[in-house]
Amino acid sequence: MKVTEKDVAYVADLANLELTGEERTGMLRDLNCILDYIDRLNELDTSDVPPMAQVSDRYGVDESKQGSERFAYASREDVPDGLRKSLPHAEALANAPDPDEDFFRVPKVIER
Amino acid sequence: MDLTSLTIDAARSAVQERKTTALALAEAHYARIQQEDSQIGAFLTLSKERALEQGDRIDRMAAEGKPLPPLGGVPVGIKDVMSTRGVRTTAGSRILEKYIPPYDCTAVARLEAAGAVILGKMNCDEFAMGSSNENSAYRPVRNPRDLDRVPGGSSGGSAAAVAADMAIVTLGSDTGGSIRQPASFCGVVGLMPTYGRVSRYGLIAFASSLDHIGPLAKTVKDAAIVLRTIAGRDPMDSTSADVPVPDYVAELDRPVRGMKLGVAKEYFGEGLDEEVRQAVEGAIEKLKGLGCEIVPVSLPHTPYAIPTYYLIATAEASSNLARFDGVRYSHRARGVKTLSEMYRRSRDEGFGTEVKRRIMLGTYALSAGYYDAYYLKAQKVRTLLTRDFDAAFQKVDAIVTPTSPTAAFRLGEKSNDPLAMYLADIYTVTADLAGIPGISIPCGQTREKLPIGLQILGKHFDESTILRVAHAYEQGA
Repeated sequence: MKVTEKDVAYVADLANLELTGEERTGMLRDLNCILDYIDRLNELDTSDVPPMAQVSDRYGVDESKQGSERFAYASREDVPDGLRKSLPHAEALANAPDPDEDFFRVPKVIER
Repeated sequence: MDLTSLTIDAARSAVQERKTTALALAEAHYARIQQEDSQIGAFLTLSKERALEQGDRIDRMAAEGKPLPPLGGVPVGIKDVMSTRGVRTTAGSRILEKYIPPYDCTAVARLEAAGAVILGKMNCDEFAMGSSNENSAYRPVRNPRDLDRVPGGSSGGSAAAVAADMAIVTLGSDTGGSIRQPASFCGVVGLMPTYGRVSRYGLIAFASSLDHIGPLAKTVKDAAIVLRTIAGRDPMDSTSADVPVPDYVAELDRPVRGMKLGVAKEYFGEGLDEEVRQAVEGAIEKLKGLGCEIVPVSLPHTPYAIPTYYLIATAEASSNLARFDGVRYSHRARGVKTLSEMYRRSRDEGFGTEVKRRIMLGTYALSAGYYDAYYLKAQKVRTLLTRDFDAAFQKVDAIVTPTSPTAAFRLGEKSNDPLAMYLADIYTVTADLAGIPGISIPCGQTREKLPIGLQILGKHFDESTILRVAHAYEQGA
């Protein structure tokens, strides 16, 4: 078994999930089952294979350049006024569960 | 004239020539939805106000004798993972139950600018995570061909609506097969374009290196018309490619004689249902009869596609879904005292089991100590899977395979076994990983009258070829 109950609690914490006791048991079983299946990737020797992060690497990238210059194809001229207008204040707040007139409100972050 | 069984061109011409109106077309589809959808469950939200406003605009154009745009008056449905200004967009999740986007997805805006009438939003698996549409937080979709069966997923509502004549075309999204597999299960056409061909601006992200938007339609030509409308560079999506968009429709009738079609044995192995095999082999024979040359090819890393996909897709999902924090636009749990408790409880109440499972798997695969063993390893195997296609496409113009190893399965059949469900995508995920385009078209049915799908995969940005082959097969069949 790869994943332990402790791992499930740790990963849930990283992912900002609460998970009930029942959910944790199910998660433990499912993650182990899926990871067992995923283990077949170790049949392949990939020591000389470069990783592929995204398909866009395959078009437009200038391999002779370094860093962000490689992705110059995706850049565009700056548009000082923006490609579209910013949302009006009220519209930006319209879907918030607890806004006041100006801001998104959240529970207290720092306890005094 | 039966207003709910038209193709795009027939509907547009009928409105242009004043044989019917865009409003009548919309009303006829709403009547059909009223009659059928309580059983099927394809729609989550109807956007009548917006539809009637657009229909009226198109009718006034027709009355003034102005030429209608390519989709003038055509009733369409939009998968509920695409943002629609003023129309509720849930992604099939409770966490977005009340979300009303302030802007339109580019693909939606382009369809509407081309005259389409948006009927409503299509049911789907929560955040497009699923292969049966049973993961919708609202209700499962049922397959119009057999109500005890699933429509496939995650674009199950999009496929079912087209199959049941509740929309002429719909938009779906495909991350691991979510357009092609439901198209196959419901007996309609489903096209996943090349990665970057269609802007994803306004698509609620699942896995950003794998997400695609594409059409589900009754005919290959309709899919080509929609692709021509939504494809092309969008300054709002840096991953949208600056590659010219050909006239897919004009190229449909070019002959396929002499074209080389690859057949890979890895797509006909263990797990493939016998009836599906026979139908697909029959389709390949027909393509041969149309003058295509059938060439054996090998895609040796295919057995590693599902594990690779479920690491990369879940890793990206765990990051993308971090934005649902109960602050700006999603569900917030009541009675919470601290910020941390608010995040946890809101996400716990808002997300369904499969979404949590994938967030957990992805977070685990990215966590310290496991990154190299899982995420990096999967990225390397992704390179190998892509090289398989590169080598095959040196020899052939397109590759033909079954879309799914089986026809539509029963509701509940796989819902308690996540791994069995993941394997439903075994023939579709590799194209997403490689970023190549693929289309599923109907190629017969089982003894139980369930549709079977033929998948045609093509080279990057060569949708024209797979559309041509699909069109030739459809016309010949």
